[in-house]
Amino acid sequence: MSGPSTYQPQSPFMKWLEQRLPIAGLVHSSFIAYPTPRNLNYWWTFGAILSMMLAVQIITGIVLAMHYTPHVDFAFDSVERIVRDVNYGWLLRNTHAAGASMFFIAVYIHMFRGLYYGSYKAPREVLWILGVIIYLLMMATGFMGYVLPWGQMSFWGATVITNLFSAVPFVGDSIVTLLWGGYSVGNPTLNRFFSLHYLLPFVIAGVVVLHVWALHVTGQNNPTGVEPKTEKDTVAFTPYATMKDVFGMSCFLLFFSWFIFYMPNYLGEADNYIPANPGVTPPHIVPEWYYLPFYAILRSIPNKLMGVVAMFGAIIVLLFLPWLDSAKVRSSRYRPLAKRFFWGFVVVCIMLGWLGSKPAEGIYTVLARVFTFAYFAYFLIVLPLLSRVEKTLPLPNSISEDVLSKGKTAGATAASLLALVMAGTLMFGGVQSAKAAEGGESPPSLEWSFAGPFGTYDRPQLQRGFKIYKEVCSACHSLKLLQYRNLAEPGGPGFTIEQAKAIAAEASIKDGPNDAGEMFERPGRLADTFHSPFPNEQAARSANGGAVPPDMSLLAKARSYPRGFPQFVFDFFTQFQEQGPNYIDALLQGYQDTPPEGFTLPDGAYYNKWYPGHSIKMPPPISDGQVSFDDGSPETVPQYAKDVTAFLMWAAEPHLEARKRLGLQVMIFLIILSGLLYFTKRKIWSNVH
Amino acid sequence: MTTETSAEPTRRDFLYIATGAVAAVGAAAAVWPFIAQMNPDASTIAAGAPIEVDLTPIAEGQDIKVFWRGQPIFVMNRTQKQVDEARAVKLSALPDPQTDEERTKAGHEKWLVVVGICTHLGCIPIAHEGLFDGFFCPCHGSQYDSSGRIRQGPAPLNLPVPPYQFVSDTKIQIG
Ligand code: FES
Repeated sequence: MSGPSTYQPQSPFMKWLEQRLPIAGLVHSSFIAYPTPRNLNYWWTFGAILSMMLAVQIITGIVLAMHYTPHVDFAFDSVERIVRDVNYGWLLRNTHAAGASMFFIAVYIHMFRGLYYGSYKAPREVLWILGVIIYLLMMATGFMGYVLPWGQMSFWGATVITNLFSAVPFVGDSIVTLLWGGYSVGNPTLNRFFSLHYLLPFVIAGVVVLHVWALHVTGQNNPTGVEPKTEKDTVAFTPYATMKDVFGMSCFLLFFSWFIFYMPNYLGEADNYIPANPGVTPPHIVPEWYYLPFYAILRSIPNKLMGVVAMFGAIIVLLFLPWLDSAKVRSSRYRPLAKRFFWGFVVVCIMLGWLGSKPAEGIYTVLARVFTFAYFAYFLIVLPLLSRVEKTLPLPNSISEDVLSKGKTAGATAASLLALVMAGTLMFGGVQSAKAAEGGESPPSLEWSFAGPFGTYDRPQLQRGFKIYKEVCSACHSLKLLQYRNLAEPGGPGFTIEQAKAIAAEASIKDGPNDAGEMFERPGRLADTFHSPFPNEQAARSANGGAVPPDMSLLAKARSYPRGFPQFVFDFFTQFQEQGPNYIDALLQGYQDTPPEGFTLPDGAYYNKWYPGHSIKMPPPISDGQVSFDDGSPETVPQYAKDVTAFLMWAAEPHLEARKRLGLQVMIFLIILSGLLYFTKRKIWSNVH
Repeated sequence: MTTETSAEPTRRDFLYIATGAVAAVGAAAAVWPFIAQMNPDASTIAAGAPIEVDLTPIAEGQDIKVFWRGQPIFVMNRTQKQVDEARAVKLSALPDPQTDEERTKAGHEKWLVVVGICTHLGCIPIAHEGLFDGFFCPCHGSQYDSSGRIRQGPAPLNLPVPPYQFVSDTKIQIG
């Protein structure tokens, strides 16, 4: 990019344009003729992957904003409407939500790569600082995006994070009020978060342009850390780097699709499927996995202001990295000590992430302090010291000499990539085990027809489950997000449209006011939802011993329990998504007539082994023989529990079958594409060696 | 750029073409959800279900406006004069020839049910105005007669008749 462009316009139009706006020349010199070091390994493809993820997030985000309503009363339902009713809405939403995680996975790999190979060193300091700014913007954007669905974690995450600013001396509380636009997190907060969440990605895109510009001025670093000297050290960006990047992107999409189609809720918190409730705090407020290391640093310092300072300091320190590490040799390949400390630092970060997901008590706090110290020590003590005392290995004279002298390091790269994926899953798993402190055992894992990549709902089971809902559960619970028409839609219980109409007609729906200004009752229609039997919340409370029966539309997704280490690693590979159903089934069967020795049951409550605190206001809802089945299934509590749970799972995700079916097609396609790209890339690169 | 002649050009070309073709198919398929999402969603479609309209409060010579699928529907109880006028028109005099019988239900001749959206550019005409005892669109001056047929002005087509039927003598279902 530096220096005049070598681009020679051919057609008269291009010549005319080039003299007025040399954009084709810019593209040519930046992305076609641009020389890249010929020894770049696959860690370098994450830059391209990040550009792709930014584009994916912006495009899916623009589309989601077309269907989303930024108002506290409608936000939650509008997100559910996207997932349930908008054509391919579930796909767009999963892509955007899992995409945020993928974006952070890629950015962390990109940053660690920069750290390992010394990509921040002169002359690339500005490049590095721009990168840190992008990272900060990403954090702000990701946080505000997480607030938008207005679930429990959204609301309480927003409360906790904005309260960080109350630590500022003297003006802290005023700043927090300013951020909220009210006396607490509320509609003004949601509106401004939506506005900023839409804006910031474009700011990121702008800084990315600067980042890439700076990159093209200084040229890329490479695994040896030696600058290219002759023509032989570099290859043209297109087709060589392009093909390699495209192959990397395709592989990354394969990994991404695993989450979109098979594990859409693996990276999120189940609590966010409960609508925001300013009156109840969830038992554990955990940020998204990508903020956990900083969250751990925040909590490790027993002083509010210092904790906040340490947390922000942990990111700000990255800005000074080019000057903290003044070693002449860039790549850790030739720095035996730095290499070891680097891997130690990776472990420190992962441990901090794990600790961030643990309750802040006992040994975890002690460990968090140790690792927080280690985190800062790496930047403030180890790197400055190492750059003075370390004896480095001899550097190769040039990149091409290095390439010729060495065999392939692809194996090592693949192994370390795999190790990183494993470490990543470890951290996500940490999130899931965050509730471990509650103690108690996990509900037994059951066999579900909808589990696994090829799982589908068992239609007779859904019909039985619906019968139980109608005859038993609907006396207290609503299914506000489910409409009667859903019963006849593909992927559901398989009722005909006439049957669904008849079921709807049995319900009496409050409607009005009519021309006379009166409310009236009418038979249900297909577009009506399974409304609550109580006229309002107060009535529901007084009929149920003070507790409101929750709406059951999302129950199966909103209930979770800790699976612990190492279970979540298997969960990742087996696509285990059935915490909610297992829990609901266990709860329905968990009633015991006599509480165990030493347990005092409050008046009007029932003992249930699986309910938090073991005392539940709901009496055992089902008993043997209560509902009759025509298909000969046993009319017992275990059967009822299982059937109604399957029905609730469908109510929580009516598109599960469509998701898995499309997922299989996409996976097969991406495997074929990646294979073809790999061979094409090899063919193209065979000219180089 | 150097043009190299490979020892096995066919195999290499096949690989390149196959890769490009598969990638192109994938890109095209990926566009589909982004277009499909703009169509009405399932709940919007379900909310477009038929509606029932009670005709008893509409006296002779009056009309009401109801909404179905977000569009205004005029339900007009025509006077005998209006009906006669509508039937007397020669088809050759109409830009969009249609008999009044085609636009009403047999046995319920006095009831006219039309979508109240001007076929010119979508404005809402005013009932009982204009030169033909029917509708007049103020936007660009289209004149509709008492059968809702275009008679003058820039609109090309008659006001459309929505799907409807008589549930009883005093009740219709639109949709
Ligand atoms: S829109 Fe009615 S005349 Fe133009």
